[in-house]
Formats: sequence, C-alpha cells, structure tokens
Amino acid sequence: MNTLIAIIGLGVLCLLFEILDFRKAIIPITIIGLLGVLGLTISEYNAPNSYYNNMIVVNKFSVCFSSLFIVLTIFLVALSHNFYENHQSKLSDFIAIKIFLLCGAVAMVSFGNLAMFFLGIEVLSISLYILAASNRMNLKSNEAGMKYFLMGSFASGIILFGICMIYGAMGTFDIAEISEMSQSAELPIWFPIGIVLVTIGMFFKVAAVPFHFWAPDVYEGSPALTTATMSTLAKVVAMATLYKLLSAMNADINYGFQMVIVVISIASMTVGNIMALKQANVKRMLAFSGVSHAGFMLMTLLSITTSAGSLLYYATAYSLAGIAAFSVILYVCKNQNNEDITNFHGLGKTNPLLAAVLTGALLSMAGIPIFAGFFAKLVLFSQTIQAGYLVVVIAAVINSIISVGYYFKLILAMYGKEPNETRTGKPFLIYAVAIVALVLNVIIGLFPSVILDLLA
Amino acid sequence: MNVSLLLILLLVGAIVTYLAGDKLASKVALFFGLASLGCTIVLLNHYNLGENISFITRWITQPNVSFALKADGLSLAMVLLTTALTPIIIFSSFGNEYKNSKAFYALILFMSFAMTGTFLASDGLLYYIFWELALIPIYFIALIWGNGDAEDRKKAVVKFFIYTLAGSLFMLVAFVYLYLKAGSFLIEDLYKLNLSSSEQLWIFLAFFLAYAIKIPLIPFHTWQANVYQKAPTVGTMLLSGIMLKMGLYSVIRWQLPLAPLAAKEYLPVLIGIGIAGVIYGSIVALRQKDLKKLLAYSSLAHVGLISAGTYTLTLDGLRGSVLQMIAHGFVVVGLFFVAEIIFRRYETRTIAEMGGIRAQTPKFTSLFLLLVLASVALPTTFNFVGEFTVLYSLSQINVWFAVLGGTTIILGAYYMLKMFQYTMLGETNKRIFADVTANEGITLVLIVAVLFFFGLYPKPIIDLITPSLEEILTQINRIN
Repeated sequence: MNTLIAIIGLGVLCLLFEILDFRKAIIPITIIGLLGVLGLTISEYNAPNSYYNNMIVVNKFSVCFSSLFIVLTIFLVALSHNFYENHQSKLSDFIAIKIFLLCGAVAMVSFGNLAMFFLGIEVLSISLYILAASNRMNLKSNEAGMKYFLMGSFASGIILFGICMIYGAMGTFDIAEISEMSQSAELPIWFPIGIVLVTIGMFFKVAAVPFHFWAPDVYEGSPALTTATMSTLAKVVAMATLYKLLSAMNADINYGFQMVIVVISIASMTVGNIMALKQANVKRMLAFSGVSHAGFMLMTLLSITTSAGSLLYYATAYSLAGIAAFSVILYVCKNQNNEDITNFHGLGKTNPLLAAVLTGALLSMAGIPIFAGFFAKLVLFSQTIQAGYLVVVIAAVINSIISVGYYFKLILAMYGKEPNETRTGKPFLIYAVAIVALVLNVIIGLFPSVILDLLA
Repeated sequence: MNVSLLLILLLVGAIVTYLAGDKLASKVALFFGLASLGCTIVLLNHYNLGENISFITRWITQPNVSFALKADGLSLAMVLLTTALTPIIIFSSFGNEYKNSKAFYALILFMSFAMTGTFLASDGLLYYIFWELALIPIYFIALIWGNGDAEDRKKAVVKFFIYTLAGSLFMLVAFVYLYLKAGSFLIEDLYKLNLSSSEQLWIFLAFFLAYAIKIPLIPFHTWQANVYQKAPTVGTMLLSGIMLKMGLYSVIRWQLPLAPLAAKEYLPVLIGIGIAGVIYGSIVALRQKDLKKLLAYSSLAHVGLISAGTYTLTLDGLRGSVLQMIAHGFVVVGLFFVAEIIFRRYETRTIAEMGGIRAQTPKFTSLFLLLVLASVALPTTFNFVGEFTVLYSLSQINVWFAVLGGTTIILGAYYMLKMFQYTMLGETNKRIFADVTANEGITLVLIVAVLFFFGLYPKPIIDLITPSLEEILTQINRIN
C-alpha cells in the first residue's frame, strides 16, 4: 500500500519538475526515488496486510513481484536518458508515464478486489498506449499505438465482461469471498464463463497464441524503449496477474481447463519460435520470442499451487535478459530508422563489450547454463513433469532447440560479419544498465535459491 | 587439497589470459596450462596415497543441487588427458598468429575448465552445466578463428551447435525425471534408484541421443567432418582430442550404470552401431582428398570401435575403451598438428598438392611416420594396448564382432599409409619445405614419447582406472 502511494507521489513529482523547469535532475531523482520505494516495498516482505476492505492485499507474492517491477522500471528510466536526448521538452512526461505504468503494475499484483484489478490493468494499458504512439511524427509509431489501443481496449472489454459475470454469479468483487464461495459444490454456470473471459483477456495482454497478432506490429512500430517496456515489464506483469487471478480465485482448474492451457502453451511456444526464425527485424524477432516465452510461463499454470516461485524466477531471468538485450539494441539502433539485423554486423569487432552482453542475454533466453534462463527452464520443466505433463516438457525442449536457431542468427551477425559502420560515444547509462542487468542475470543463475526460496 | 583447486586454477587462468593482453596471452595461457598439469599430477599423487581429494558442498536448496566433484581413477585419468593435452595444444599454436589472441587463448582455457568439470562432476545437474558450458567456447573458436568461406563455416558451426544442444536437452529431461524420483541429483542417489525396464529404456535413449551426437556415432555424425575441417586446428584438436571423450566417458559414468537393463537388452544393436561407424568411417576416409577431413573420418572409425568396446559391458571392454580414449586423444592431436605443420608451409590441405616432402625434412617425416603407425595400432604403441583389449572383449561377445571391428586395423593401415605415401613420399617436391621449428619438434616428440612410453608400460594407467571401472561394473550388474 505504501508502495503504491509512494509511486504515485513520485509520478506527480515528475510532472511538477516540468513546471519548475528542473529537467536535468529528473532522471537521477526518479532513480533515487524508485530505489527508496524499492526499500519500502522490501520492508513489507514479512508484514502481510490488507487495506481498504481488502481492496489491496500485500503479501509475499505482491511484494516480490512489485520489487521486480520496480527494478525493471529503474532500468527503463535509466535508459530514457540516452533515448530521449532529442526530446528534452517532453522528458518529464515520458518519465511520469513510466512511473504511472509502474503504479498500474503494482496494483495488478496486489489487488484484493476485482475492481482494483481492473483499475490496475487500465492504468498500465493506457500508459502503454501513449508510450507506443509517443513518436508522433512517425507513421509506424502511430499505427502501433492505434493497433495496440484497439486490441487492448477490446481485451479490456472482455475482461470487464468476465468480471461482471463473476459478480453476477458470486455477488461480490472480493477475491477472498469469491475463493471461499467457489469451493461450494454448486456453482452457477456464469462463474466458469466469467473466469474463461477474464483469462482470454489476459491471454491478449501476455500475447499468447492465438491472441498474439498485435504483438509483432506493435513491437516493431513503437519506439525502441517502449518495446523494451512492453516485452519485459508489461509481459511479466500480465503473466503474474494471470497467475494471481487464477490461483487467488481458486478457479476450478479442472482437466478441461488444464488441457486448454496445455494447448495454448504449446501453440505459443511453437508459433512464436517458428515465426521468429523468419524475422529480419530484431524487434519483431524479440516480439515472437516473447510470444514463445509467454508459452513457457503459461506452463506454471499447470501446477498452480506450487509454482509461484518458479514463475517469479522465470520472469526475473527473462526480463533481466530482455533489459540487457534491449539496452544493446538501443545503442546500436540509435539514429537508425530501422532495427534490422544488418545493423548488428560486426558488433563483435567494433564494440566487443556490448556484443558480449547481447550474446549473454540471448544465451540466457535460449536457456544455456550459468545464465539464469537455464535454471528458469529447469525448474519449470521439473515442476511440469511432476504435475504429469511430460508432453508439454518435450514440446518445450524441442522449442528450446528451435529458439537457438534465431538467437544465434543475431550472434552470428555480430561475430561472423564485417562491420559496416563505426559508432562513436560510450553512453554511460546504457553501458551501466546492460552490464548490471546481465550481471544480475548471471548471479541469480549461479545462486538460484536467492529468488526461488522467496516464494517457497 | 582437493580437485576444486584445479577448476579454480583453470578458470583464473582463462580470466588472467584475457586480461594479459594480446601479446602475452599465449604465454600466460601456456603457463596456466602447465600449472594445471602440475596440479593434476600432485592431485594424482595424493589420490594414490589414499587421500580423499573429492569436494562436495551444498549449492542450491530447491531443487536440491550440490557442487559435487568426485575424483576416482576414471575421472582422474580423463582429467589427466585434458590437462596434458591443453598445454600441448596451446604450445602447438605458437607458430600461428591469431587476431584478438587474448580472447582466443582465454577461450581455450575456459573450454579446458568446462571439460575438466564435466569429468569430475558427480552431481547430475552440475555435470550437465559443465557439459553445456564446454560447447560455448568451441562454438566461438570455430566461428571466429576458423578457416574457409565464412558462410560455409557458419552453417557448419551452427549445425554442430544445434545438433549437440538438441541431444543434451533430452539428457536434461532425463535428469529431471531421475531427480523427481530420487530427490537429488547426486550420482550415488541416482545409482540407488530401482527403475523399471521401460523407464530405463527411455532414460537410456535420452542419454544416447546426447552422447551419440557428441561422440559421434552413426547416424549422428554428419556435423563432424565439416566442423573439423572448418575449425582452426586448435579447435579441431580440442574437439577430437578431448571433447569426444566427454561423450565416451559419460557413457561409462552415467548412461550404463543408470540404465543397465536397456544396455543389456540392446547390446548387439549398440555394438553394431559402433562397428558400423568403424567400417563406414574407414571406407569414407579412403576417398577423402582433404587431409583434415580424412583425419576426421579416421577419428569417426576409432571412436566407433571405442564405443563398441564400452557397450560390451565387460571389464576388458571398458578398460580397453578408456585406454584407447587416452591413446586416441594424443595421436589425433599429433596428426592434426602434422596437418597444420604442412599447412603452415604449403598453405593447402589437399593431399594431391603435397608429396615429396620426405627428402627435404627427414626428421619430420620419421615423427609423422611414428604417429601414423601409432594411429594404426602398431604393437609397442599405446593405441595397440587399447585397441587390442577392445577387440579381445568384442571377441568374447561374438567372434564376428571382433572380425568386423578388426577391419579398422586393416582399413586403417591402408588409408593412413596411403595418405602418408601421398603426402610425404614420391618425387622430391619443388616447393621448399622448411624444416620443423624447435617448437613444432618438441610438440611432436612429446606426443610420440607419450604414445610409446605407455605402449611399452601401460601399467600405471591400467592400475589407475581398473578399480573405478570395477565399481561401475558392479553397479551395471546389480540387477540380473
């Protein structure tokens, strides 16, 4: 609760800076503020509590995920410095929107009431729509914003409809009460229908197949930093929320529903990976790779009672690798009008450090050991085998192999081709973010217990 | 003092080499290579005195993973092979110039680190991590410093990477399955499992995929010849000298004891696959025009025989295989080095463009001849000891296996001597062939010396490996 208020305060402060003409300090102060909020959040780890008649419930789950979101936001804000160099006049708007986005994210994992959940998802989505269209002179960015807005509001509508159904069946928005009532033998048919509608809406948000069509276009068209936000923060938020919704409402995860998850999970992995193989644009490629990672994360829903820790681990590993990868992409594709793989040619020669970081990030996403991605997959596989879904694991293994194909395409381009241009300048913040994110990734890869035991 | 020291030494070596800069990198790497060899010998000494040099500590609580390094005779023999070949391989590269050599030598040491870890790990997950880790340096070594057309090289290397990764991921699934049954990844706990024969079959197949690709066995060998040809000679040496042995070692350490029933049931098939590799490799080698490719296929034939030996599940078979692994490691490194020496002077790997070198450099010729003879398992060479033991064990299973496997000696002699004849003998070549340099000479003499020393006196190695092989064999025969 304190987290949420503090974040909103920080967002308002950002807007005030604009009025006070204090732009230069905005990024350092925001980062310091977020670090403070992070400390505040962590201090609530051992003090579960609920506020405003269960509107907001703070527990270990919400604290862990909120901390992850705050860390990701710190990285994204740090990257903004270089990215918005030429848009100084709007800097405070962009930063403030990112902070409000974080607000929505935190609300989405700490809701105790479906009304709060919907508020959170709208705050997050609207911030993202704005960011997607923020490069307003660019046709593609406009298209991305429009597309994302139409698709997203459609999904929100479905979610709202689902919430109404649940309310109709249960007579309450309160998660705890719904959970209690859902254990009774006779449930009105509206309840499962409502759950299915909410789930479909969330599948839109995580871009799982067959609700993924918006992702590649929106990722490609949006400004690169927004793409980074969408593919790391927004994806992880939506996944955590879906997990929380289904586990908190004790939704009857019966055999049929699990089969649907199995199918969607396998389909997301396969379609995402196969489509990614063909992409020449790095942002599109990572969009499809994100679709396949959504498929991996959906596997946690198959053992929903025990897999909170592994979801947190996977989300952390994936998003840290994503941040590291995107900071290199931001560096390479600055002043370019596209993000094609050709831009990366010879990066291993011109800038070995960033090439190594991007290689590490991609290896983590492919699940090669010592990077956190490996343990994320390992824990996921063992949990899913335990739940009795060997088929999904085998599909996941085959998909991991396919994914190596396109991750290595980028690595090959960096090391196997001659450089076609030289880049000057070593933006400190980009280097710092890239290295810190990858180092964190390796650290949690070497000591997975640090994260895994948080939600044990 | 325990084996973790060796791993730390190699890892620190890799980092220091990278930091030492391009000029010093090769020397620093050689220093650390020799230091790790020294460390291995000291450890061997401690081990022979009966001290406990294993190392175990808790790493991750959930899932239950330990950082467990177990040193028994078998793993120490393989570690010795690794740490003895690493300085030789580094030293052999002194005649070449590499761009960005600090990264190059650091990667060699890092790969040596990962392979040593693979041989020592006694926790399934740790073993898997080292196994995968060894793949990354060789990928970059072959990709960045390889030879030939860049596009072809990329294709070959990526194919190799995806192939091996695909195999190992199925092994990972098998490990996860075993973990869920045993509650631990430790090899002792996995050995205690009582798996049904159908479970064992699946486990066996998952492991088989990983190892058959790595070794490689027919029909999973298609990556091999191209990668050997395209990789720089150092990479080829690392691959054929040590990395292949990771697969063979793993068969003995992990696959057979964990799924003995499946191994017994399919014994003839498995030996058949190995022997098919012998015959296929030999015949294809006969037709090769490229020296490195010829050696690659000869390597395929040799590892086919070694794996046939391990799948006999007899003490002789296992012992012969391990001896042959070590012997083959040295001889193949020597032969690839010979190819490199010729390439340094003639800039070609095509056999037809060589010939008539003998008269110009008799010393080099005789060393090369000794290597060729060792490769075809002439008595008094180390390879003879290994190959003979393997063939003997095969004859105990079925005489025809030994007869078919024995073709390796006949065919091997044929293609190796023919190759020798075309490269070295004949009318004196008009192009000048500079005599071997001191560095090259030392490397070759060292390798030949090792091969003949252990050929005449294999007892230390046999004594080292036999107890642990017996232990593994009891494990294999525990259920009958």
